[in-house]
Amino acid sequence: MQKEKVITAKELTKRFGAFTAVDKITFDVEKGEIFGFLGANGAGKTTAMRMLCGLSLPTSGEATVAGFDVFKQNELIKKNIGYMSQKFSLYEDLTIRENIRFYAGIYGLSDERIKEKTNLLLKQLHLQGQEKTLVRALPLGWKQKLAFSIAIVHDPAIVFLDEPTGGVDPITRREFWSLIYEASERGITIFVTTHYMDEAEYCNRVSIMVDGRIDALDSPANLMKDYSAKSMDGVFLQLARKAVRTE
Amino acid sequence: MQPVIVENIIKTYRAKKIVVDALKGISFSVEKGEIFGIIGPDGAGKTSLFRILTTLLLADSGNASVDGFDVVKDYIQIRNRVGYMPGKFSLYQDLSVQENLEFFATIFNTTIEKNYDLIKEIYQQIEPFKDRKAGQLSGGMKQKLALSCALIHKPSVLFLDEPTTGVDAVSRKEFWEMLHRLKMQGITILVSTPYMDEASLCDRVALIQKGEILSVNTPKGITAKFGKPLWAVRANEMFHLMNSIKDDPAVESCYPFGQFHHVVFKTEGKSKEKLEQIAQKGNYTQLEIHSIQPNIEDCFMALMKE
Repeated sequence: MQKEKVITAKELTKRFGAFTAVDKITFDVEKGEIFGFLGANGAGKTTAMRMLCGLSLPTSGEATVAGFDVFKQNELIKKNIGYMSQKFSLYEDLTIRENIRFYAGIYGLSDERIKEKTNLLLKQLHLQGQEKTLVRALPLGWKQKLAFSIAIVHDPAIVFLDEPTGGVDPITRREFWSLIYEASERGITIFVTTHYMDEAEYCNRVSIMVDGRIDALDSPANLMKDYSAKSMDGVFLQLARKAVRTE
Repeated sequence: MQPVIVENIIKTYRAKKIVVDALKGISFSVEKGEIFGIIGPDGAGKTSLFRILTTLLLADSGNASVDGFDVVKDYIQIRNRVGYMPGKFSLYQDLSVQENLEFFATIFNTTIEKNYDLIKEIYQQIEPFKDRKAGQLSGGMKQKLALSCALIHKPSVLFLDEPTTGVDAVSRKEFWEMLHRLKMQGITILVSTPYMDEASLCDRVALIQKGEILSVNTPKGITAKFGKPLWAVRANEMFHLMNSIKDDPAVESCYPFGQFHHVVFKTEGKSKEKLEQIAQKGNYTQLEIHSIQPNIEDCFMALMKE
């Protein structure tokens, strides 16, 4: 049986004037999959991700995210996805509880559901009793874990994570990945970018962008076999070195 | 004389009720011509330490010297002889590439021509864009311009605060190759990074976490002190396998590392058999187990828990 597709992209392209930032990318992401989206700086990852999140209109091609068309239904896409990055996450001057309430409210959860979700989330993250702590006072690793849990508070079909673990200590980085695995087990699809190549190896499949194109897409094990590399680092270096354009 | 000496430096930040102990009594020294890495996550105190050593911030207590000069009393001499590349891009965005470089050369009483040799290799890569405003450069080019500006007065000690953060694997590799060529010119380099794998590119490293140094040593010296046998395991269901291993009372730690989990037992003895038992009980297939040498990240995590 064919698995449900959460992302389908066909020759998706974005041009800025004469510059082709994303050049006819074609790929699918399945439900519950952890999909690693790699590429050197300037390869076109951010532009591609912005199109998939309904924030930037493609120049040509086709794509659906969570069943919605990126050209016509971008508002519906925004409601049905989660998003988190290292730069944009939570409001520092709101408490933990206020941040949960704020985002859950934005996503249209009922008061009752917000209450339920808040308790569940605090329990999962072992933050009970700290509801009134300002997010500012939390260590970075905790912020990132909380931000991830909040990004999926509305049980989206898919969550986009843009370098979620940058600068985080190695133990917290692994705890963060445990949260990713748990969400994926619950059927939430994970779309993640990272500069840590060991994290690329945690993904079910990985795509590598070079000069706006997807030049490789497979499971980490197959990619390592195809490129005769011992790690994803080796695969990445071989592909990214082919890049002609600079950022 | 060691170019950098740090003795029991303490720095605490206070804002209303919040107190942050950024540096809790840090000591180390750096040898001449060394690439010395300060390795740790965000919030470890790396930037505070660099600001104190470049005389931009006063420590609460402790002593430090750079090139033999005291960071408090002799700050003017230090500012003349160190190069500093902050983590945040801090050049003039509305000046061109060349204007930025000229500006820094001028305030240090020198000229681009005089020290061109030192920056040549780096600057040549951005020279085609010398009339472009610095604010309009890509991340990689900004980094090269910032490094050129930090080097233009031929500093004896170079401070690089997280130069590779957010930079992709290829550019990171190129950046480290540049640093090794600078080292050949006799410049002492202090570089901070949150990427553990970059430790092996330094002559010596200080592992730092929450304002405390966990260890100072050569990369080899650090891994040699791990002290316990380490096992790499993989099977078909990696996430469940990790939970099964962690649930076993004989296991001290189990962390994912790419395609494998790294496992340490509380006491060594028949560990391989033990892992096989765990895998059998959970019906895992495609099991692979072997004994491995620890890397810096294994050591960092073990030290974090001490």
